Amino acid sequence: MTHGSGGGTASVEAVFREEHGRLLAALVRRFGDLDLAEEVASEAIEAALVHWPAGGVPPNPGAWLMTTARRRAVDRLRRDRTYAARLAVLQVEADRAGPAAPAGLDGGLPDERLQLFFTCAHPALSAEDRVALTLRCLAGLSTPEVARAFLLPAATMAKRIVRAKKKIREARIPFRVPGADELPGRLPGVLQVIYSIFTEGYAASSGPHLQRLDLAEEAIRLARILRRLLPGERESAGLLGLMLLVHARHEARVGSGGELVLLGDQDRGRWDRAMIEEGQDLVVAALTGGPPGPYGVQAAVAALHDEADSVATTDWPQIVALYDVLLALTPSPVVALNRAVAVAMRDGPEAGLALLDALAGEPLLRGHHPYAAARAELLCRLGRHRAAAGAYREALALAGSEPERAHLRDRLHACEAAGPDGDGS
Amino acid sequence: MKYMLLINSAATGDDDAGAASFEEWVAYDKTVRESGAYVSGESLADLTTATTVRVGPSGERAVTDGPFAETREVLGGFYVIDVPDLDVALDWAARCPGARGGGSVVVRPVADFG
Repeated sequence: MTHGSGGGTASVEAVFREEHGRLLAALVRRFGDLDLAEEVASEAIEAALVHWPAGGVPPNPGAWLMTTARRRAVDRLRRDRTYAARLAVLQVEADRAGPAAPAGLDGGLPDERLQLFFTCAHPALSAEDRVALTLRCLAGLSTPEVARAFLLPAATMAKRIVRAKKKIREARIPFRVPGADELPGRLPGVLQVIYSIFTEGYAASSGPHLQRLDLAEEAIRLARILRRLLPGERESAGLLGLMLLVHARHEARVGSGGELVLLGDQDRGRWDRAMIEEGQDLVVAALTGGPPGPYGVQAAVAALHDEADSVATTDWPQIVALYDVLLALTPSPVVALNRAVAVAMRDGPEAGLALLDALAGEPLLRGHHPYAAARAELLCRLGRHRAAAGAYREALALAGSEPERAHLRDRLHACEAAGPDGDGS
Repeated sequence: MKYMLLINSAATGDDDAGAASFEEWVAYDKTVRESGAYVSGESLADLTTATTVRVGPSGERAVTDGPFAETREVLGGFYVIDVPDLDVALDWAARCPGARGGGSVVVRPVADFG
């Protein structure tokens, strides 16, 4: 997953980025300390960049990196006795985490990344810290890259990551995979981190661009790793499926001028069929063999959109039914909003508007521009142009990214141009 | 690793729905003490019995009644436990009756200057 056209260097970097997470996780498992693991992991990669071009890539690059990193760590611990004493204590505790994972089929390092996923997404860390640490430690982004992804100054992001690592160390957040009894409580936190990286990439909450594809693709890459590590968890299939089924439309979602193209106006021929097929298989995996989870259900909704030729031929009754299931699983005004829009498609704008108006008091929707925009759209369809214009103005005041704002402005002007209200008001 | 569990109860006395019974506290206390994790623990007398002391720059002592419950939650007691990591400490906190019924348990690592 290289970005831009860096040629050979970029692909070497991509290899290292893939290897970085594995290496880091194995070192954390070995030494119980994230800082030390990060330092020696980057030193080992630097050493490889020096030695491999000259002496050739070793037959087992992962093992070479691990051996190099471990030597560096041991050197460091010899020099710093206090640090070594602290790590000795941590090592005793690390044994609690259970035996090391078996070596991978490729004869490479055992994959310890699952522990790192759970540590980075630990509920004792703030939501922002979880996302930053996951991008840093598992996606292998550098701190300035993480900062750029969130449009923050590098120094701010560096401070955040240092603070989060300090909490892991000093409050002793463990590096361990939760037991079977804890997993249902902890897995949603890991999935949430990945999904929030995706949604930030998909609908950038601010900035000049509508989509930040690199973030969406990082999220998909992370979800693939998680899916391999937890093949039996249906929600990890559901999350990967949902993201693929949404991401399959990304090219059609932005017009030639960078403007937002709504689902109904998208050229469906530009949707990525291979990605949709992979997503459909994952929906089946996510919804088979037990009660559905929220990501599986959302993936099923996305699949129904992807399978339709047009908005008109979309299976809206089925989508409303899926939202009913989702609402029961995760009651939230945002889900209720999506359901209301689907009801409008099934039963007409009047029915949808009634449901939306019933949600008017929800504090969560007050600052949520999709709510105002959905109301505006339905009011417009009912011919109530003056009320629609008001709702579009409300949405404009709340929307973040420039292409979204441009779309809302267009709709507002269309509304104002439509003249006097129809029979709706 | 030592952690202090600071047990805060909802300041308003009228919201007793969901609050833990005396028997639940006795059972929890027994479990903690017998687990091997227990270091120390006390339950504090009512906040109306509290007295605040401040000493000014020239050493003058100011003693005042209170504090009274200005915040929504009041420290009602604590445990210090010695467990391997934060996950285990959070488990003990979640099992504490004080975490329910509008109360909360704050988990803080004890600083180690050794």
